[in-house]
Amino acid sequence: MRELKILAVVVVLTLITYWGVEPYAHSVMHPHVAPADFTFSDTKEDVADVKGLQGNVANGEVLVTSNCTACHAIESKGFPQVMDNASSSAAYGVTPPDLGSAGKLYNADYLAAFIKDPAKASKTAHKFVDGKVHPMPQFNWMQPQEIADMVAYLQSIAPKEMTNKEVFTDACQRCHSIKYADMKGGSMAAFTPNDNIKHYMGKLPPDLSQMIRSRGHHYLETFVNDPQKLLEGTAMPRVGLTEESQAQVVAYLEEVGDSKKAQREELGPKFLIYLVIFAIFAFLWKASKWREVH
Amino acid sequence: MAKFEKANSVGEWLDQRLNLTTFNKVMMTEYWIPKDINFLWAMGVLLATTFGILVISGLFLMMYYKPDVNLAFDSVNYTIMQEVAFGWLFRHMHGVAASVVFLIIYIHMFTGIYYGSYKQGREMIWISGMLLFMTFSAAGFSGYMLPWGQMSYWAAMVITNLFGGVPVIGDALVVWIRGDFNVADATLTRFFMLHVFLLPITIMGIIGLHFYTLRIPHVNNQSSDEFDFDAEAEKYLSGNKKESKVIPFWPIFISKDLAVLGIFLIFYFYLVFFHYNFAMDPVNFDPADNMVTPAHIYPEWYFLWSYEVLRGFFFDIAGFKAFDIGLIAFAFANVIFLLLPWLDRDPKILPAHKRPAFFVWFWLLMVDLIVLTVYGKLPPTGTNAWVGFFAAVSFILLFIILPIISKIDAKKRGSL
Repeated sequence: MRELKILAVVVVLTLITYWGVEPYAHSVMHPHVAPADFTFSDTKEDVADVKGLQGNVANGEVLVTSNCTACHAIESKGFPQVMDNASSSAAYGVTPPDLGSAGKLYNADYLAAFIKDPAKASKTAHKFVDGKVHPMPQFNWMQPQEIADMVAYLQSIAPKEMTNKEVFTDACQRCHSIKYADMKGGSMAAFTPNDNIKHYMGKLPPDLSQMIRSRGHHYLETFVNDPQKLLEGTAMPRVGLTEESQAQVVAYLEEVGDSKKAQREELGPKFLIYLVIFAIFAFLWKASKWREVH
Repeated sequence: MAKFEKANSVGEWLDQRLNLTTFNKVMMTEYWIPKDINFLWAMGVLLATTFGILVISGLFLMMYYKPDVNLAFDSVNYTIMQEVAFGWLFRHMHGVAASVVFLIIYIHMFTGIYYGSYKQGREMIWISGMLLFMTFSAAGFSGYMLPWGQMSYWAAMVITNLFGGVPVIGDALVVWIRGDFNVADATLTRFFMLHVFLLPITIMGIIGLHFYTLRIPHVNNQSSDEFDFDAEAEKYLSGNKKESKVIPFWPIFISKDLAVLGIFLIFYFYLVFFHYNFAMDPVNFDPADNMVTPAHIYPEWYFLWSYEVLRGFFFDIAGFKAFDIGLIAFAFANVIFLLLPWLDRDPKILPAHKRPAFFVWFWLLMVDLIVLTVYGKLPPTGTNAWVGFFAAVSFILLFIILPIISKIDAKKRGSL
């Protein structure tokens, strides 16, 4: 009985200390922010005129072909990159994305808002001051119907299924490397060369290899959805990923950065079962030995 | 040379040459431990086991680790964590054991304080134990630098900087410790040497000393009962096991230790597999970057209390700079436990619950240490800074009044 009382004291003091230095301290150091908003509700007003419209795919194709392919590739539709990555990032600051998967990766409302005003939708207007402008021009001079048509076209050409890696490549890799994904081959370096991206963003965007361990699911889920919420003033744009695409990005970060997670979770219970058996036998042995002396 | 008969078995052959039978008696079957103990007396074996886990997992990690600022981070987080078979397991075991070993050290230490096991002949047990605490701290600190993450780098920066406060030679001392003007490659390589050779070998030596110091004064018991170990051992050996106040280390004492160890290992491996962030700070999974200071710099949890004593003095007092006062207080916090046997002026060994004033003192100390630990992690702004200040002052005051407190108890009892 006395032993249990002592144990209770030890456990309580340990838990109080743990609570103080872990959950409590972290809640103070990282104040709670609103959860991810996959409806991108702040763009509602900007796209109110587009929202109810039915997009015309055929018309959208004409518009996209004539307005976008001067800079953007759409490999799947026969529009290759206009320049290689190094030249295009020298010209624009950052390599422009291929639009083939945009209709799947990005939320439709966000896409409309982005076409109208890229800096505003991506929440990077603070970067484009003093004569600097977003490399993609605003298309807010277009008719709402035309915007709706373009979005409809992009959605129509997007693949239905993409692997986690494909989503990562199209959504993140223009700026971010993730070298652990191909440590020997080096194929997972950012598309934009370091010097260009550093100049464009103000600093080199971090390699994402260990983000799943350094930031964790919870942080990434809010951060990727809206970087400004957790890192005010950051140069990273809000890219407007749908909930599904974002989940694929985070899953990819986990595949690369915590590749042994499955093994860990599979092995853990076995260790614990073994140790429970060990503890039972240890207690039985102890009881048999102490019977001699009590 | 002694005369050797022909041996009839390998055991006998060895016994002739090494006297194993006697050695086994002295170390195991006739090494006497008091019977009146509780599970807190198992902490020593828990610590020895955890140290063993640290050494073994450390050996495996060392096979792949690269002490070079350009290679260290990837050798840990890519090679060991993802490529090497079960490398992640050894790293998790090592990182979690390094943290948990301090929890057990603290339990072990405060058990000693509570039951008065540091005085009246047991001073050397206490001192060698505190030396182990210090060398373990150095090992913890040097090991934390090796993954070369953000917290590795910045904690190394902050802590090595402290030596700049030493009068006259401070600046030169910092450069000498770092091997460079900054925390850099030379720093990493020398801390690697300290972590994998000099400190472990020193720790092993002091563990030997710590065990040896127990021999003459013997282990204390939970009612601080003083008795004649030889007489009690005689009773035990003559078959009067139930009445004897002692038990042999093997197998009676160790059987209880193994039972406690079983529970401890369940707890430990649960942490290794499912709950390791407390010991392997996520911030340290960002590679070291001397251009980006983390928003919050803090040491591992087991250093927080003394870190807060350092940080608690955040304003200049009577012409003395806050940094210098903090540093003196920090030095005080790190040596004062060593002096405990002489600060306690009560000549009798008794558990705290039989020493009314000391009992209050003990729990105030526990509360103060927990407050210091928690506030050592929180950002030192506004009220937090003041809580830290008062907790740091209380810590110092507690040790200044200890001689008076312990005398009051002795006087009331009539021991003085």
